Amino acid sequence: MSSVTSPELTQSILYLDGVSVSFDGFKALNSLSMVIGHGEMRAIIGPNGAGKTTMMDVITGKTRPDDGDVLFDGSVDLTRMDEASIAELGIGRKFQKPTVFESHTVDDNILLAMKGPRSAGSSLFGWRNRVRDDQKDQVLETIGLKDHRKRLAADLSHGQKQWLEIGMLLAQDPKLLLVDEPVAGMTDHETEQTAALLASIAKTHAVVVVEHDMHFVRALGCKVTCLHEGSVLAEGAIDAVSTNDRVVEVYLGR
Amino acid sequence: MRIARLLAALLGLALASVASAPSRAADLDAAFARIATENFGEIEAAIGDLAATGDPKAAAALQALTDSRLVYAPADKGVFIKAPDGKFTDARTGAAPAAEPFGTKPVRVNNRVRRALEAALGSLTLLSPDPAKRLAAAEAVLKSRDSAAIPALDAAIAKETDARIKKTMVQARAAAVLGKADATDAEKVSAIDVVAERGDQDTLSLLANLRANGTPIVKMAAETAAGAIERRLAVLSSVQNVWYGLSLGSVLLLAAIGLAITFGVMGIINMAHGEMVMLGAYTTFVVQEILRTKYPALFDWSLAMAIPLAFLVAGGVGVLIERSVIRFLYGRPLETLLATWGVSLILQQAVRSWFGANNREVGAPAFMSGSFDFMGLAITYGRLWIVVFGALVFAALLFVLKATSFGLKMRAVTQNRRMASCMGIRTPWVDSLTFGLGSGIAGIAGVALSQIDNVSPNLGQSYIVDSFMVVVFGGVGNLWGTLVAAMTLGIANKFLEPFAGAVLGKILLLIFIILFIQKRPRGLFALKGRAVEA
Amino acid sequence: MILRTIIDLDWRGRVFLLVLAAVAVLVPLLNLAVPAGSAFNVPTYLVSLLGKYLCYALLAIALDLVWGYCGILSLGHGAFFALGGYAMGMYLMRQIGPRGVYANPVLPDFMVFLNMKELPITWWGFGHFPYAMLMVLVVPGLLAFVFGWFAFRSRVTGVYLSIITQAMTYALLLAFFRNDMGFGGNNGLTDFKDILGFNIQAQSTRVALFVASVVALALGYLIARAMVTSAYGKVLIAIRDAESRARFMGYRVERYKLVAFTVSACMAGVAGALYVPQVGIINPSEFAAANSIEAVIWVAVGGRGTLVGAALGAVLVNWAKTWLTGAFPEVWVFGLGALFVLVTLFLPKGIIRTLSEWSARRSDQRAASAAAEAGIGAVQQPAGAE
Repeated sequence: MSSVTSPELTQSILYLDGVSVSFDGFKALNSLSMVIGHGEMRAIIGPNGAGKTTMMDVITGKTRPDDGDVLFDGSVDLTRMDEASIAELGIGRKFQKPTVFESHTVDDNILLAMKGPRSAGSSLFGWRNRVRDDQKDQVLETIGLKDHRKRLAADLSHGQKQWLEIGMLLAQDPKLLLVDEPVAGMTDHETEQTAALLASIAKTHAVVVVEHDMHFVRALGCKVTCLHEGSVLAEGAIDAVSTNDRVVEVYLGR
Repeated sequence: MRIARLLAALLGLALASVASAPSRAADLDAAFARIATENFGEIEAAIGDLAATGDPKAAAALQALTDSRLVYAPADKGVFIKAPDGKFTDARTGAAPAAEPFGTKPVRVNNRVRRALEAALGSLTLLSPDPAKRLAAAEAVLKSRDSAAIPALDAAIAKETDARIKKTMVQARAAAVLGKADATDAEKVSAIDVVAERGDQDTLSLLANLRANGTPIVKMAAETAAGAIERRLAVLSSVQNVWYGLSLGSVLLLAAIGLAITFGVMGIINMAHGEMVMLGAYTTFVVQEILRTKYPALFDWSLAMAIPLAFLVAGGVGVLIERSVIRFLYGRPLETLLATWGVSLILQQAVRSWFGANNREVGAPAFMSGSFDFMGLAITYGRLWIVVFGALVFAALLFVLKATSFGLKMRAVTQNRRMASCMGIRTPWVDSLTFGLGSGIAGIAGVALSQIDNVSPNLGQSYIVDSFMVVVFGGVGNLWGTLVAAMTLGIANKFLEPFAGAVLGKILLLIFIILFIQKRPRGLFALKGRAVEA
Repeated sequence: MILRTIIDLDWRGRVFLLVLAAVAVLVPLLNLAVPAGSAFNVPTYLVSLLGKYLCYALLAIALDLVWGYCGILSLGHGAFFALGGYAMGMYLMRQIGPRGVYANPVLPDFMVFLNMKELPITWWGFGHFPYAMLMVLVVPGLLAFVFGWFAFRSRVTGVYLSIITQAMTYALLLAFFRNDMGFGGNNGLTDFKDILGFNIQAQSTRVALFVASVVALALGYLIARAMVTSAYGKVLIAIRDAESRARFMGYRVERYKLVAFTVSACMAGVAGALYVPQVGIINPSEFAAANSIEAVIWVAVGGRGTLVGAALGAVLVNWAKTWLTGAFPEVWVFGLGALFVLVTLFLPKGIIRTLSEWSARRSDQRAASAAAEAGIGAVQQPAGAE
């Protein structure tokens, strides 16, 4: 890997440089470069197949890039680590489709996500007693599911599952949150609530949100990156990006 | 085998020399008198005398001797052939004796005598009018390397018109020269060159003796010739392994190809796949039974008739299973596995109750038996047909998938069910037919496998693990991958067998595949990308 | 930990242990104390038959631990069971000593028959009971560990895993059929004489083996129960429901699976080891694919993810098998086949959970506790996270 030590690198929580991934000749990511700062909130937009989810896969260790650097916190090379170690570093990911542990209660879902030792040995001999209930309550409060804590996750509504998943990320207390289409399938009211929730999370965490819903992106009020064919098409404030000719052409439509 | 050949040769001889010269009768009598003894040397000499007469009665007597049925009465030196049913025939006259001979003893045979006997029988037939018999006789001499046959061979070579037989005779003569104690080095060296042309295992053992005990010149010539033969044999055995591997691979392909559809394309774990193969095999059995009793003349067409029927029977059962069980379990592969295992038990037991638990005899039509020689390889028609059949089925399936509207619909449904449904394709109908197609092809495979395996209710079980291994190894959803995997595993198996034995070879391959799946969980030709994991 | 588990046990677990305790006392009593002619006498053959069922029940619990709680449908548990059985069989063979047909003090009969001159290295130490018992755990455990290490690390899941476990079993079946493996080939190991110095045919030994099976089953249940109710078990269920989610949360899924798979294989090994002296033979057919899959159906019948259900299913199905193969031999295979189909189609939750849901519907109060105890909601095979 290259030995760059620019101020850009040292100040970043996430640094992608020249990342390429191809599947059987199809270039999902084409020399993608992007920098997310500490505590920054960033929205990623782009048409289907632009490489948004693949980018998430690369960052979280699910997919190995063919080429390029992915550095976390200025120094940690993510391309050589598996999902579990990347998660332990402090990167949390929310899937596009809400993915919670359906046979567990809301409480247990949060409990499993709580920061703490993750090894099979420690879990066999009971760490859960050491988890502080007030932390859990705080998370449940934040996502508004305190009254549903004893219910099975399977019985929650779609929106509640989305929040539960975000809550699980919070309980993990990561330095960087990757959130994939958090408001897909939500009502307008739920969308607003989610935007507010993410905004409050962004006060203490770096957050990357992938989203199609431009209203929602606008409501987030953060820097926007538009991806197209695996690389960055435009980057900047929402107003600048949404009026960019190329963005309008390939994504927003005239 | 050899006995049968000699017997046939003798029959030819007997017919050829119906008009035997009366002057020879005296020689014949003398020779028969000489053989009635316990002295091996005398017996050996008498055999030579008998051979020299060229008389069919001599041939019959010699044949009887090889079967230990030649007896003599020590009292009057009468020689008789004792039939298996205990009746005696006078060897001199060929007629039944006037009175039951008394106190007969068998003419004894030791190894020297046996060799002389073979050579004698060989030279007796060298002049037969039937080319096949002359060739067999020449080959018999070639094996026995009896120098006594040299004069007979010389005579035969001079008369011979068929180039191939002549060549064999020349080689036989050379082998006889090599077996001659007083041959000169020059004679031996040139004989080695002639013999070496055969280049088979027998020649190698012939040369081995010379390599060990010859004079330096002979040793060197034998050494060189043997080296060349060994190299040729090594190549030949590799080619043979590849061929056997291809035919085993075709069997695997046939067994797995239906699964490549149901598992590979549809993602259904059909543990009853083997039973579809079994149903195909039993369909063949039923077709043959009917033909045998009603229309025996059509027997050679039995397989051709069984193929469409097996497709319909297995395919029909497949559609039935899909409609009644599998369609309720889509998206639950592990439950499908269990349910279809249950179906397989039911099918097995049904066949067992119906046809019995024993193996059923399925015959081979005439065109599938026998073999021909190809560049030194004995290729059996049975094997050849399996390979051809495997290729045909594969090609037909490719055609159905790529070039028919049903294939198009099928691919559409497997790639994007909802979209296909939106475009007016009746997806449940396509599911059923696809499953029926996979099952039907398994049934067709059963027709072929009935030719090489025991047709019993357990037939399918022996193929199920192999079939899954082939499909998984080749990469799920890739028909070409299945082909390559089947052939690779077939050939690898045949190359492993000589070193590890059949069973251990198979175990090694299983371990290899298990490790391979760890390395590449999606097989040899896996699709990559997000779509696969979605 | 076991103690805590007993204290925290749900009513179902308590009933299960009580039944086991009752059986452990009653069966020996009715066999030894009640005279043979009495209607209440339990004949010795029945004691061994029940003991066999209990071994199957332990196997089922082992399988439920990985399938019910971790989503690993292993078609290789029959192999772990058989390996444990072989380890015990080897000990029993060594105990025969010079009483064999060939009266060789060291070599078992089949080795003499095969012209083997000395004991193969694999047989060393099997004359000692503790070593043999260690091997009962170590051999299946090690195989499961190595196999699982590779399989889970490369994320072989779902049916692929099932298929390669079946291939593993098949390879072992072929291997054990070979004479030169030194495990008795086709005929396997049999004609056992005694165990720990007691005549294996004796009534008292049979009763003791039965009691040992009860104890092993109870212990196996408690260990499994302790595992699945701990935080470890919660993670295991989480992995079953959403493997990627667990992974992205920082759990090393492969290690969790590996622990469960290995413990489960050891348990299956113990079950096999207790099975062999009670049936008097172990041969390669124990490796047959059908055995492993049949064990799966026991679990499915009783209800996976319940442990007690798995044990119940094993006993019920095998009792039905004994009865049907005796009464209507042809019907049994049809019945077994139909069982596979009907259970997957109409009773996907198994007897225990279907019953408890049925009763739960009648009483809301019970519903909450039943669901929480079982820790199970989703019945369907969980799809991938994405």
